[in-house]
Amino acid sequence: MTIAGWIVMIVAIGGMTGLLLWCVYKVLSTPGSEEHLHSPLDIDTKDKE
Amino acid sequence: MTIRLSGGLKRVSQLKPTTERWSTRIGVILAVTGSAVGLGNFLRFPGQAAQNGGGLFMIPYLVAFLIVGIPLAWSEWSLGRHGGTRGHNSAPGIFRGVLRKPKGAYVGMLGTVMPVLIYTYYVIVEALCLYYAWHYLTGTLMGFGDDVSAVGEFFAQSLGLTDHGALFAPGQGQFLGFVALCFFINFFLIYRGLSRGIERFCAFAMPLLVICAFIVLGRVLTLQPLPDTPDQNLLAGLGFMWNPAQEDGSIWRTLSDVDIWLAATGQIFFSLSVGFGLILTYSSYLKKDDDVALSSLTSVSGNGFCEVVLGGMIALPAAFIFLGPVFLSDPDNIGTFSLGFVTLPNVFNQMPGGAFFGFLFFFLLFLAAVTSSLSMLQPSIALLEEGLGITRKPSVAILGFITLMGTLFIAYFSAGATALDTVDFWMANFFIFIFATLQTLVFGWVIGPKRGYEELSAGAEIRVPRAIMFVIRYISPLFLITVFVLWCKNSLPGRWEAIMNPPPGEPPVVLMSLGFILIVITFFAFVIAGANQRWKDPATEERS
Repeated sequence: MTIAGWIVMIVAIGGMTGLLLWCVYKVLSTPGSEEHLHSPLDIDTKDKE
Repeated sequence: MTIRLSGGLKRVSQLKPTTERWSTRIGVILAVTGSAVGLGNFLRFPGQAAQNGGGLFMIPYLVAFLIVGIPLAWSEWSLGRHGGTRGHNSAPGIFRGVLRKPKGAYVGMLGTVMPVLIYTYYVIVEALCLYYAWHYLTGTLMGFGDDVSAVGEFFAQSLGLTDHGALFAPGQGQFLGFVALCFFINFFLIYRGLSRGIERFCAFAMPLLVICAFIVLGRVLTLQPLPDTPDQNLLAGLGFMWNPAQEDGSIWRTLSDVDIWLAATGQIFFSLSVGFGLILTYSSYLKKDDDVALSSLTSVSGNGFCEVVLGGMIALPAAFIFLGPVFLSDPDNIGTFSLGFVTLPNVFNQMPGGAFFGFLFFFLLFLAAVTSSLSMLQPSIALLEEGLGITRKPSVAILGFITLMGTLFIAYFSAGATALDTVDFWMANFFIFIFATLQTLVFGWVIGPKRGYEELSAGAEIRVPRAIMFVIRYISPLFLITVFVLWCKNSLPGRWEAIMNPPPGEPPVVLMSLGFILIVITFFAFVIAGANQRWKDPATEERS
């Protein structure tokens, strides 16, 4: 493992982890976020019979 | 205490106890991040990285993540919701509404054709995950021990890679039974409208996959080198994955290879599920005040985390320790399929508790694949409903027939996975670039920066930087067009050669696959023509 390899690994892992943690913080700290956030399959397609 | 994922009565949250609100929000995070986790994270990413410069791959990957992944996710969610408020749920309808011309519907056609055709082979890969989970449960795969070639033969036999029609030969139908089972599960869930149920189930199953991946990661990070090969240690394995490989000692020469940029951008499309119409359809069902900015960013970041942190740290370092650099230097051993279904099983087979972790890993990957395959069906269901004026169940039946023909075609012409590779190349590489570029152009230039930003910010739980519209308007399309043109120049001559000169004595599978793609495109063109007639009705147009 070279120094360049360590730098790439730390930047990539740190960047992705930091972004995810920021999003989690925003969801947890924003009042009412649970009513406005959606994942695709959880969205009601309104065409059920 | 119950955990609600999202939606529901307005203002209810204000009346809930604090602990329940927190559990609901955690449920939302699990659902949104879980929706992004799939085969691309654990199987495709490490192989792409290893084949394209190791750690150096992360430069085009991170660039594509920032200037294509996030902007395209935001564009697609916003464009879909924009179309939905005008009564359209299919990509053709949304494009027709935005472009204000009937012909605009044909621009959006790829947003229904691509998911259908990708589904035809994705369900086979999904079945392979279940098949491997089953064979870890029954002990077949663990029985191979450290015999690398035995796992390779099992993989080739499972997919029938040796001969066309091998899966249909007498006594070879076990894997085909798993394909049929997966096909049935998908269409049963979508026919009965149970996709929300499976999503709620997966909101718990996907964290389990991540926990399982962390356990495997912990095991990988504590692996000791084998006595015979002390140089194949953890640090060397991490170096194999993360060291920036330099051809001829030049970083710039490696980065100037357009294939690396295409691979990175393609990986972003594939793993974020952006650029091929899925998000466009689902977001069209959202209300005007629903958030799209934080939802999509959470999904994208959850995906990136699983991909880089877990996908990047598990497969290749472990494979390096057990199988060595010579084995991994062969590109055939680190492709998407071979890494996941040949290399990883060899790693599990040499781990304590390998049978349990192998079963759990492949079963949870199967669940992740089910959520993806289910979402691939909705875009065309929406178009069939709008175009033919039929309800959900007949739409599902028509779609079931089309996809069944496609899956049987790909399963039959299995030698060298030629049919699968052809459909994958044209859908998940070629057309996805075109449709992703069209989406950014339509959002950035037709809707425009002012309305586009207002659309993205409506109901947003975060403040979106205004500069994003500059990125969507100029940088993303320029990047996509440049990479696409250069890549076409490099790759299309070889593909053309494969079309014109099939192997002697074998059926022209590449040409036949293209014929099947053309049939599906023609069918949906007729559906859009019918839809255009129906959409002329102002009452239909104004539905919201």
